[in-house]
Amino acid sequence: MIQVENVSKSFRVAKRNAGLKEAVKSLWYRKYEVVQALDRISFLIPEGEMVGYIGPNGAGKSSTIKILSGILTPEEGLVSINGRIPWKQRKEHVREIGVVFGQRTQLWWDVPVIDSFCLLKDIYAVPNIEFNNNLEELTALLHLEEILRTPARQLSLGQRMRCEIAASLLHSPKILFLDEPTIGLDAVSKLAVRDFILKLNEAKKTTVLLTTHDMQDIEALAKRIILIGKGRILLDGSLSELKEQFPNRESLDEMIASLYRRYQI
Amino acid sequence: MQKYISLLRMKFIAGIQYRAAAFAGILTQYAWGGMEILIYRCFYLENQTDFPMQMQALSNYVWLQQGLLALFMAWILENDIFEMITHGNVAYELCRPCDLYNMWIFRNMGVRLSRAALRCLPVFVVAALLPAPYGLKLPPTPGSAGLFLLSAILGFLNAVAFSMLIYVSTFYTFSIQGTRAFCLAVVDLLSGKVIPIPFLPDGIRQIVELLPFASMQNAPLRIYGGDIAGPQAAQAILLQCFWLAAMILAGRILLRKALSRIVVQGG
Repeated sequence: MIQVENVSKSFRVAKRNAGLKEAVKSLWYRKYEVVQALDRISFLIPEGEMVGYIGPNGAGKSSTIKILSGILTPEEGLVSINGRIPWKQRKEHVREIGVVFGQRTQLWWDVPVIDSFCLLKDIYAVPNIEFNNNLEELTALLHLEEILRTPARQLSLGQRMRCEIAASLLHSPKILFLDEPTIGLDAVSKLAVRDFILKLNEAKKTTVLLTTHDMQDIEALAKRIILIGKGRILLDGSLSELKEQFPNRESLDEMIASLYRRYQI
Repeated sequence: MQKYISLLRMKFIAGIQYRAAAFAGILTQYAWGGMEILIYRCFYLENQTDFPMQMQALSNYVWLQQGLLALFMAWILENDIFEMITHGNVAYELCRPCDLYNMWIFRNMGVRLSRAALRCLPVFVVAALLPAPYGLKLPPTPGSAGLFLLSAILGFLNAVAFSMLIYVSTFYTFSIQGTRAFCLAVVDLLSGKVIPIPFLPDGIRQIVELLPFASMQNAPLRIYGGDIAGPQAAQAILLQCFWLAAMILAGRILLRKALSRIVVQGG
């Protein structure tokens, strides 16, 4: 169960105009702008649900995920995930969650993937039996047999992403945060990843919060979507209801684009 | 604890893969060590009475320093960690049920140990074959060998704790160029890397000996050959313990402060 109530987070961004003169000026006097990344957002995700978290670039999706993972501390608001406050009880909290940041890597660059997995086993203190079962299952479902013994640096993006997802699930987390897990993947890899997430949710009732710009991800995975723009939650409801509002739209992408326009985000 | 040991092992395994780097390192160490010995030999032959160390103690100092360079130098830093901080991969590190300070300090130990493991033996073997008083000799007594071991471990930990301060400072400065340049110039001089601390002028020398930098390599390298012995050795080791505790405490406090205001940039 993920409870988020009135969470706000802002960042200070240094800004200046282009050019040498401006650069010199900023040595003495620097202008900062406060960017409200999250503005009193609230939502509730019950156990076992898969939710698509969407919004344009810079809407605050990743910031939300980072707060839910205990990395960032919000200025205001309450978050409770299975009864814990992520940034206060970070170590206990992260033991029960898995996170995939599509734009970053958690695999060790210069050793075979399996070495990274074994290290994660020790870091999360996963018992041998559980680890072997999980590894076997993940290897089969994500088709990793061929690549487990390859150094991470020699993997293609799609292969690496499948390994990243496996790495986040070795400790059997109850909650999975996926921050753009299909970014840059080819069609085959995308389908494999989607298929896997569906199966995982079905079999283990893992709660999944997914951010993506790929509307087919959303269509395949999420029954419920939360739309965020300029740091505010604009819409929270089922995908089918939303579709009914746009009977004339041909594709999901067009529908979302007109949603963005409607909310001017 | 197991998880931190695994991290250390992982870094160690990754580190010993780099054979060419180790080979180049060993050659550099021979050349550097030999050059230093030749220079000090000139001074020694010129004026033995003003020479502040025994020639043999100095040779031991130089060869040990070359062989164990990776353990004691402040500037053996891991680019991975800087990259993690400046590019935001630190997000993944914070998703682990681990203490970030411990994770990084053990990683560092792994890197340094792997480098030293590949480089020390070839340096020591060749240095041991050189004629006295220019080669590496065994410590005069089993007692000084034991004290050296203790002091070397502390010196290693002091160097690692100091490099942790540099990593943590990256959270505040976003760039390592400044700190790295500072380390090369100032720490090398104050730790006894450029010239052994006994060669510094009186007045300055006494102060430098008390600084944390002297605890990194000055203490173990001089205890080995008996240049520091008895109550002086005990004092040096106590000072090492003090600086180790102080630097770990400072590193932990600064890291906690940095994490409370962390911003993970981009995406």
